[in-house]
Amino acid sequence: MQITVKINGTDYEGDVEPRLLLIDFIRSQVGLTGTHIGCDTSSCGACTVIFNGKPMKSCTMFAVQADGTEIGTVEGLKQGANLHPIQTAFHEKHGLQCEFCTPGMMLVGASLLETNPNPSDDEVRWAISGNICRCTGYTNIVAAIQEAGRSIATAGGSWS
Amino acid sequence: MLAKLAEVGEEGRVLAGGQSLIPMMKLRLATPSYLVDINKLTDLAYVRQDNDHLAVGALARHAEIAELENLADFSPVMADVAPSIADPLVRNRGTMCGSVAHCDPEGDWNSVMLAVGATVVAVSAEGERTITIDDFIVDFFTNSLQAGEMVKEVRVPIPPGRKGGAYLKLHRKVGDYATVGVATHLEFDDAGKISKAGIGLTSVGPHNLRAAEAEAALVGQDPGEELFDHAGELAAASCEPASDVRGPAKYKRAVVKEYTKRGLLKAANGSN
Repeated sequence: MQITVKINGTDYEGDVEPRLLLIDFIRSQVGLTGTHIGCDTSSCGACTVIFNGKPMKSCTMFAVQADGTEIGTVEGLKQGANLHPIQTAFHEKHGLQCEFCTPGMMLVGASLLETNPNPSDDEVRWAISGNICRCTGYTNIVAAIQEAGRSIATAGGSWS
Repeated sequence: MLAKLAEVGEEGRVLAGGQSLIPMMKLRLATPSYLVDINKLTDLAYVRQDNDHLAVGALARHAEIAELENLADFSPVMADVAPSIADPLVRNRGTMCGSVAHCDPEGDWNSVMLAVGATVVAVSAEGERTITIDDFIVDFFTNSLQAGEMVKEVRVPIPPGRKGGAYLKLHRKVGDYATVGVATHLEFDDAGKISKAGIGLTSVGPHNLRAAEAEAALVGQDPGEELFDHAGELAAASCEPASDVRGPAKYKRAVVKEYTKRGLLKAANGSN
């Protein structure tokens, strides 16, 4: 089936089998490998993308269902030569170790900050509760998302 | 769409959120030959008051239900369960009607639907029919839909008087299935006596169970801890838990007793 998906603002066309998962389309056909395959069972959130404005698991939908939709991946976070504030904060607060969960964590974090620019610990932990990290113990991830919120507020604007 | 569903018959499955169906297909636990994707039927993406009931359309996502303003005024037990379904990413995609149709005994929504006495609206190329939730839930992953039928809407009655409800869920982590879940729903008459009681149980039987004897023991009574303790005993006696990785049957039965009591207390104390 012919599909057209707008990913990070660019239209990508593909001829896909109906059974192809969205994550496999993004990684193998489009070639954007920042989105990861972790558990492949809807449990870990490594495959998180922003699907029509909301974070979802791209391992649990079919590529054909993304026809005509807009998707954001981790590659779409940076603006030109500048890192997104969430990327800077993950760097500065050491919000990652092996980095496998990081794309999903950053997308969920950035999505949270759009509606809640100054989240509490509990609110961040609630927002990332669908994303598993096996390295950090989450403490620095929470700190990084909160730091990004402060830096967006200081810059006087939101990123999208 | 309904013509296509009729054409593929028993070989077809409706795909809404897919948050249960797609993982099951990956594990080959579900092997439909055809999927009929309803995600572009955006007319079905509603949660709204419709006279005396709350109408939840086939494409209403868990997150949209959880975010509904005044949900607790319509149904306290729905407001309690909605934020605890799966995890935030799944809630953005999965649907309540899909969960109801899926009839997973470890699913939370059907216990709530039993407690509130919901009705399922099924539609096919031949027309519509309504099915009580008790008749809809048949067995382990089995509903009473016929080939070519799909769930179009679930209707939750809005009680006219004072009511309360709670969903208590014991689970190992966010996103895991409930070890035990108990949905409670109470309605009160003008004198403060319980006029209607609903109790639904998750993960302690081949499908979500109604604790009918416990419900009957509550109706006509004044709310109180002793009464709720008794109802908890009846609910625990009526369930059929199995020992598994989440705990032995005896433990689950004890949790049903305690959670039924606590849920009823919460329902009575937080009623509006």
